[in-house]
Amino acid sequence: MIDEFALQCPMPLTDNPTIQMGHGGGGRMTRDLVEKVFLPVFGNDLLAPLHDGAILPRPGGRLAFTTDSFVVRPLFFRGGDVGTLAVNGTVNDLAMCGARPLYLSAGFLLEEGLPIKDLWRVVRSMGAAAAAAGVRIVTGDTKVVDRGHGDGIFINTAGVGVIETSLTVGPMSVRPGDSIVLNGDIGRHGIAVMAEREGLQFESEISSDCAPLFGPVQSLLEGGIEVHCLRDLTRGGLTAALVEICESARLPMRVEEEAVGVRDEVRGACEILGLEPFSVANEGRFVAFVPARQAEAARQLLGPEASVIGSVEPPGTSPPMVEVRTALGTTRLLDLPSGEQLPRIC
Amino acid sequence: MKYLDEYRDAPTARKYAKAIARETTRPWTIMEVCGGQTHAIVRFGIDTLLPPQISLLHGPGCPVCVTPLEVLDQAVAIASRPGVIFCSFGDMLRVPGSESDLFQVKSNGGDVRIVYSPMDALRIARENPGKEVVFLAVGFETTAPANAMAVHRAKEEGIANFSVLVSHVLVPPAMEAILGSHQNRVQGFLAAGHVCTIMGYTEYEPLARKYHVPIVVTGFEPLDILQGVYLCVRQLEEGRAEVENQYSRSVRREGNRPAQELLTRVFTVVPRKWRGIGEIPASGLGLAPPYAAFDAARRFRVDDRHAEENPDCISGLVLQGIKKPQECPAFGTKCTPLHPLGATMVSSEGACAAYYKYRRHASMGSAPPGATAGGASS
Repeated sequence: MIDEFALQCPMPLTDNPTIQMGHGGGGRMTRDLVEKVFLPVFGNDLLAPLHDGAILPRPGGRLAFTTDSFVVRPLFFRGGDVGTLAVNGTVNDLAMCGARPLYLSAGFLLEEGLPIKDLWRVVRSMGAAAAAAGVRIVTGDTKVVDRGHGDGIFINTAGVGVIETSLTVGPMSVRPGDSIVLNGDIGRHGIAVMAEREGLQFESEISSDCAPLFGPVQSLLEGGIEVHCLRDLTRGGLTAALVEICESARLPMRVEEEAVGVRDEVRGACEILGLEPFSVANEGRFVAFVPARQAEAARQLLGPEASVIGSVEPPGTSPPMVEVRTALGTTRLLDLPSGEQLPRIC
Repeated sequence: MKYLDEYRDAPTARKYAKAIARETTRPWTIMEVCGGQTHAIVRFGIDTLLPPQISLLHGPGCPVCVTPLEVLDQAVAIASRPGVIFCSFGDMLRVPGSESDLFQVKSNGGDVRIVYSPMDALRIARENPGKEVVFLAVGFETTAPANAMAVHRAKEEGIANFSVLVSHVLVPPAMEAILGSHQNRVQGFLAAGHVCTIMGYTEYEPLARKYHVPIVVTGFEPLDILQGVYLCVRQLEEGRAEVENQYSRSVRREGNRPAQELLTRVFTVVPRKWRGIGEIPASGLGLAPPYAAFDAARRFRVDDRHAEENPDCISGLVLQGIKKPQECPAFGTKCTPLHPLGATMVSSEGACAAYYKYRRHASMGSAPPGATAGGASS
């Protein structure tokens, strides 16, 4: 997240303080916005021609290609904003394919009346996130919708990455006996956004965990870990990630509840709101399925907050579901929530 | 985490489980009243720590589950009106009425908002004087005082565009209805700790005497529940039938007097229909005459609705502890959290939803791989 008052990069002087319908019209106003807001931040030699599409050099290796759209209310929250999400979300989807993220597109749907300073703040966050992740934003688009027909800023990003490993990373490669490694504590992003949206205040502030994940993935690949599957934990949290892989791989899984890190402030917020930390959103966490013999090495490569949280069981030992062993030594199932998690009455 | 981990400590839990097993010489059937307790029991697998002679039945204490279909239909009707901002706790939004739910109303353009407190709804009313702001006031004695406070404030401040759709229910009459039924299997109760935080537990003393049933006021953490079961089993084994307070860190015998006074002022005891169970005399709270102007059902003239439950749903029997969720033929097949036939499958505190979420593998057994994958997500 960028401080909007940062002195070294003042807000550009556009003709209007807010987004007008004309900014999406393809005329001079659009040009003004591109030149004053987008180019100064995203500018690179591939974007510079401002042609209908970016012409990219051919990378050596298989390509990964993904797209995602980003809608968040509020636009700004502790630890990030819609811009950091838009870059890291797509970068992370590429990383989960085992790909080094190279290029992004950025499509903006702006709501008429959006303060240019908010757009400027988001664009600068995207620039910073792209630089941190080592990707370039090489093509883009801007449309404006009537006031009341959007929620400030919607962003779509698509991304291309190159796969430099010979491994096939995905649910089809998960094997019985694999260990499941998680790169850190869960739930901070979801609680940070909810706290901001609902005006909830906690004793200690909770910041989003939003972060690019190719770095840690690369450290696994370069460390010689035979990575079978990777999945970032996003909207449905750890629950959705594990259940989806379990259903694709059709293999039972066991998870130790106590091995999954949840910070006290996140647990506390979840208790108050009646939410399940396992199902709360993250933006900088992923699980790696690796051979058991390499689990400890993988954990060490992912840093001090990583932990081995469970394993994939042989087929036939139990139905292909994710079973959690609680601190009490009992078990329960992980199940996808029907829709969004809803705070309980009491 | 402080004040939480202490009550989830595994060695202590095992110690309690052993102590319960030591005390138990015969089969006993104990009902936990509150949906929050049911949720914790299933989530933490507390029942699997108990000796096989102890059977836990899940009671009627899930506010989402017992809110009658008619009230949901009223809510949908009011929320669909133009000029209305309809406020509710989050987990009421997905509960299906006869034809629709509040999520559906929202997607059709209704202004339906999730709030965390009725005071938030009152604030919305203050900020939107041109709109009618309605709060769906459901729940047991636990949520009633805050709702009473919102109505009381609205009257004091003269906020005329605020009203509440009330469907409050009371725990002791429901317990008496269960005990008085010829199908009753309950031999001991874990009473709902948070209800007793407000109301105290003097109301339970005549019930314990009349039906010779031990009642242990119990909290919601794993160790609370295990200790509650322990105290209840000890009474059963010794032939005692008393009201005991396990949850003394929150509950006093006389309860929270100011909250009770507020309830008495704003509400009056009324007969109330319980979803799946039917009408129980003197089992609900409605607005007292001085506050009748804040009754949304009257204001919007929706108080004449009647609705029929899905005939395949046995939630009434589940709520009374007569059947367990897996005993329902529709469980996990025709009835799932995504397509619930009855409210016990909707709320996360509903017994059917809790069993579906955490337990459905138990009823499926160890099938060969692939054989059950379709069933898992159907």
